[in-house]
Amino acid sequence: MAKPKVATASLAGCFGCHMSILDIDERILKLAELVEFHKSPINDIKKFSERCLVGLIEGGCANDENVHVLQDFRKNCDVLISLGDCATMGGLPAMRNHVPLEECLAEAYLNGPTVHNPTKQIPNDPEIPLLLNKVYPLHEVVKIDLHLPGCPPPADAIWEVLVALLNNKPIDLKYGLLRYD
Amino acid sequence: MSDFTFTIDGVEVPAKRGQTILEAADAAGIYIPRLCWAKDLAPGGHCRVCTVLVNGRPQSACTHPAGPGMVVDHDTAELRAWRKNIVEMLFVEGNHYCMFCEKSGNCELQALGYRMGMTTPKYPYMFPQRTVDATHPDVMVDHNRCIACGRCVRASRDLDGKNVFQFVQRGHHVRVAVNADGGLGRTNLSAADQAAQLCPVGAILIKRVGYAVPVGRRLYDVKPIGSEIEAKRAPAPSGK
Ligand code: SF4
Ligand code: SF4
Ligand code: FES
Repeated sequence: MAKPKVATASLAGCFGCHMSILDIDERILKLAELVEFHKSPINDIKKFSERCLVGLIEGGCANDENVHVLQDFRKNCDVLISLGDCATMGGLPAMRNHVPLEECLAEAYLNGPTVHNPTKQIPNDPEIPLLLNKVYPLHEVVKIDLHLPGCPPPADAIWEVLVALLNNKPIDLKYGLLRYD
Repeated sequence: MSDFTFTIDGVEVPAKRGQTILEAADAAGIYIPRLCWAKDLAPGGHCRVCTVLVNGRPQSACTHPAGPGMVVDHDTAELRAWRKNIVEMLFVEGNHYCMFCEKSGNCELQALGYRMGMTTPKYPYMFPQRTVDATHPDVMVDHNRCIACGRCVRASRDLDGKNVFQFVQRGHHVRVAVNADGGLGRTNLSAADQAAQLCPVGAILIKRVGYAVPVGRRLYDVKPIGSEIEAKRAPAPSGK
C-alpha cells in the first residue's frame, strides 16, 4: 500500500512552524517511514500531482498568492490543518490590520525613517502578489479541519496530531501542548 | 460549620448563609470557571463565564447566593459550550497577540482557553482599533487586551479608595477609562495598588517586570487554571 502523503506550505508566516515540524528530532525518521512528503518547501515539490491525506499550512493569508495556494491545498488534501498562530489568528502580520493598507504602504515605501526611495514608487509589478486589505486567518478563507495554535506549536503537539490522524485515533493533546505563545 | 446544603451536578455541597454558589463550590473543591470575579473584590457579574443553571435558570455563580436545597447544574455539555463561546468572543473582540504578550502564561483568559480546549475562536476576528496608555512611569494600560471585567474599577474604588478607573460608554462600546485628562500618568495610581495588580489579562501591566518568569514556570504552564481549587476536593468515598 502506498504511504499516505503529507503536504506543507508557508503563507504569511516566518517558517518557524516548519522549524517546529523538524523539531520532532529523530522521530522525523519514523515519520518518513509512515508518510511521504509531497508538495512542501522541505523537498521543494512545487505542484500537486497526487491527493494528500494531510496538508499543514503555516501563516495567514496576506496576499492573493496566499489565497491561491490555500485553495489549491484545500482541493488536494483530505485534512487541512492550520499550523501556528499566524494561520489560526493572523499572528504578527495581522498587526497591520489596525492600519489602513494605503498607510502601511506609504510608511514602508515613502515615509519610514530609513526609507531611501528617490523615485517615490510603491512596488506594483504584476509579478508581485497583490496585498489583501487585511491579513486573514486561514479558516476565514477556506474550511479548515483542525487548528493547532502556538508560536510555534510545540513539536510534540505536531507529532501527536500527525500520529493520531495516521492511526485514525481521536486527538487528545495533553495539557501544555495546546498553547497560544 | 455549614448552615445548609444544596447540590451541584448532584453532589451535595455545604454552604453558609450569605455565601455565593461560587464560594461554596470553591470550598467544596468544585471549580466553576470565572474571569471578572476575584477574591477580596465584590463580585461584578460582568463576564458570565461562571454561568450555571439554578433550578433550571441561567445565573452567574459569582453573584447568586446559595440557598437550601437549590439544584445547580454546572459541568454539562450545554454550559461548557456557553462558557467557551464567551471566551471565544472575548478573544475575537479584542486584539490578543499571545505570542508577544507579557501576561502570556499568567493570563486567566488564555488559561481558560487552554482549559476549555479552544484551538481557535469560531467567530471572525474583529481586529478593533484600540489604544495604549503608557503615560504612567510604572504602569501601562493596553486597551487591546482589556476584556472589560471591571476588576480594576472595583479594586481602585473599594480596595485602594482612589477611583482611578471607570467604565465609559455602553454595550459593545464599553471600555475602561482613567479618571484624568492626560492619561494614567495624571492619576494618583501607584504600582502597588490592587487596581494595578488584579487585571486578569495583559491590559494593566507593571512596567519593567515582563518576561521575568521563564516559560515552563509561569502560573498556567504546567497545570490548568482551577487545579488549585479542584485539589481541595475530598476523594469520593470508596464503594461509590
Ligand atoms: S492578555 Fe492573555 S489572551 Fe490576551 S494576548 Fe495577553 S496572554 Fe493572550
Ligand atoms: S483593564 Fe484589566 S482589570 Fe480593568 S477591566 Fe480591563 S481587563 Fe479588567
Ligand atoms: S465571574 Fe461571574 S460573571 Fe464574571
